Amino acid sequence: MNHWLTAPVLIPLIGGFLQVFMGYAPLSLRRTLGLATTGLLLVSTVILLMLADDGSYRAYAFGNWAPPFGIVLVLDRLAALMLFITALLALFCHLFSLGRTDVSSRQFHALFLFQLMGLNIAFLTGDLFNLFVAFEVLLIASYGLLLHGEGTARTVPSLHYVVLNLAGSALFLISVGMIYSVTGTLNMADLARIIPELGAADLPLVEAGGMILLVVFALKAALLPLTFWLPRAYASATAPVAALFAVMTKVGVYAIIRVYTLLFGENAGALANLGMDWVFPLALLTMIVGVIGMMGSGGLRTMVAWQVVVSVGTILAAFSLVSKEGLSSALFYMVHTTWVAAGLFLVVDLIAGQRGSAGDKIVTAPRMRNRTFISVMFMLGAVSAAGLPPLSGFFAKLLIMSAAVPGLQMAALWAVILFAGFLSLVAYSRAGSIVFWRNVDGHIDQPERLNFPHTVGAGALVAMSVVIVFGAGPLSDYTDAAAEQLRDTSAYTSILDTAMVGEDE
Amino acid sequence: MELAFALIIGSLTFSGVYLVLRARTFPVVVGLTLLSYGVNLFLFSTGRLMTGGQPIIGSTDTYSDPLPQALVLTAIVIGFAMTAFVVVLSLRSRADTGDDHVDGNIPREEPEDHQSIEQPREETGQ
Repeated sequence: MNHWLTAPVLIPLIGGFLQVFMGYAPLSLRRTLGLATTGLLLVSTVILLMLADDGSYRAYAFGNWAPPFGIVLVLDRLAALMLFITALLALFCHLFSLGRTDVSSRQFHALFLFQLMGLNIAFLTGDLFNLFVAFEVLLIASYGLLLHGEGTARTVPSLHYVVLNLAGSALFLISVGMIYSVTGTLNMADLARIIPELGAADLPLVEAGGMILLVVFALKAALLPLTFWLPRAYASATAPVAALFAVMTKVGVYAIIRVYTLLFGENAGALANLGMDWVFPLALLTMIVGVIGMMGSGGLRTMVAWQVVVSVGTILAAFSLVSKEGLSSALFYMVHTTWVAAGLFLVVDLIAGQRGSAGDKIVTAPRMRNRTFISVMFMLGAVSAAGLPPLSGFFAKLLIMSAAVPGLQMAALWAVILFAGFLSLVAYSRAGSIVFWRNVDGHIDQPERLNFPHTVGAGALVAMSVVIVFGAGPLSDYTDAAAEQLRDTSAYTSILDTAMVGEDE
Repeated sequence: MELAFALIIGSLTFSGVYLVLRARTFPVVVGLTLLSYGVNLFLFSTGRLMTGGQPIIGSTDTYSDPLPQALVLTAIVIGFAMTAFVVVLSLRSRADTGDDHVDGNIPREEPEDHQSIEQPREETGQ
């Protein structure tokens, strides 16, 4: 038992509760405490990342109840990586929210921290039903964050988002029930042990449960037929919230990676690689629809939201290659795309703030006050997201393409990735040249000034694409090791033997 | 008992799905509620249906599985909170757009910033 595992859950929980009770405290105090909480969270995830790097599984059993009966948190390389991505992203989004987003509502910091808590539980949990609870925690916080801000433009997209996710939750419960009715357990390690040994009579029910589960996760991840809720919801959210939501789709992707390597992975006997023959073509179609959406969007926010869709397609296409290289490259791409897409959301907000009533629309407008600085940030983000050398997107896509084995799959994957990269480049160049170069005469009343937190928040996330290039060696070593660890499911089931406190350690 | 139970779950889910697909927010909310009832009953049945069983080993001849009951309790609590939230949200949507259609006004203009004078208000999920 390692008590560090509870830190990413407890830190935002305690910080969030403090914020709830401090609703009427001075704003500067709430900001300081909020930022301190996110900072502390980042430190704790770095510690967990270093802990996890030795390749062993660590489990924390709540209330000292032994694993198949109690609820466990499980830390491995993948979980630690996701925690770290989220915490770093959250710190810069939180920084960006100061002075603009957090002024309009007293509860912003609390909701933000509860959202982080939900995300962290989802990444750490080793129990299928607990995963459902984590989804609900992060969703209820995300409903509040999505509605956050003034005006009425957000109500209708939020209503769609909430109804869709409630229907998704119902499906989640149905699939969990189907799996439980046959296996008698919802602990992931126990399921990984039981599913390969199921008799032929029990298989259809578990298979159906597994496929419904895939639908639920695909809804969270915005895989193709379930993708169309995303652009409108994300484009209508305020910038730091949209940037934090860049990791929300990744929760769906994470759940797919976890469940379909551990429960329905290669070692799952008759149910090995369940659903992967569906995911691959759907992921490719998602990428195509995503770039079409990017080409057709009339605003920069919508364009970046479609970029999120494209990146989900890319990750899942690499994952559904069902190989160690594919999995490793998918994780590498996930690190890159989460930070860069979030950074682009923030940069777009800076652009919109300096263009007056033109906002984020891709139309000509008077010249921006800080045109050079913002355009360089936009260019870095766009080049990285489109996958041009020398930034991180290029390396990530290169790894994915080299993971494909020659054959029909490789032909399809290469064609779609290169085509999608080209079209997104066209979309970014069109948008960038109209917004930055084709200026008209006139001036804007009271354009927003760049200030320190906004510049740092947006700039740091975009600059992560340069950092990833310099750290590409260690990062790809880490993702290789994580992929190796994920495919060895027998090691995961060993957490069932974790010694409880009071037993012989 | 199994047949009656299955028919109830089926009709609840059927009505729920039908109502969720309606175009006004009130039927959608009622539909989500019915859907969650159906799901809760289904979840309850995954521990096998029996009468007179207790969830404590040795207290009666038959033993009923306590875990699905715990899961259903959790699902009820979460579903109740979510339903309350979606009711408030649809009321808000009705007030903002002046129509209870799920897409707002049917010949819908993009809502402009005509309410920028409005004071910042609290909008939370609590």
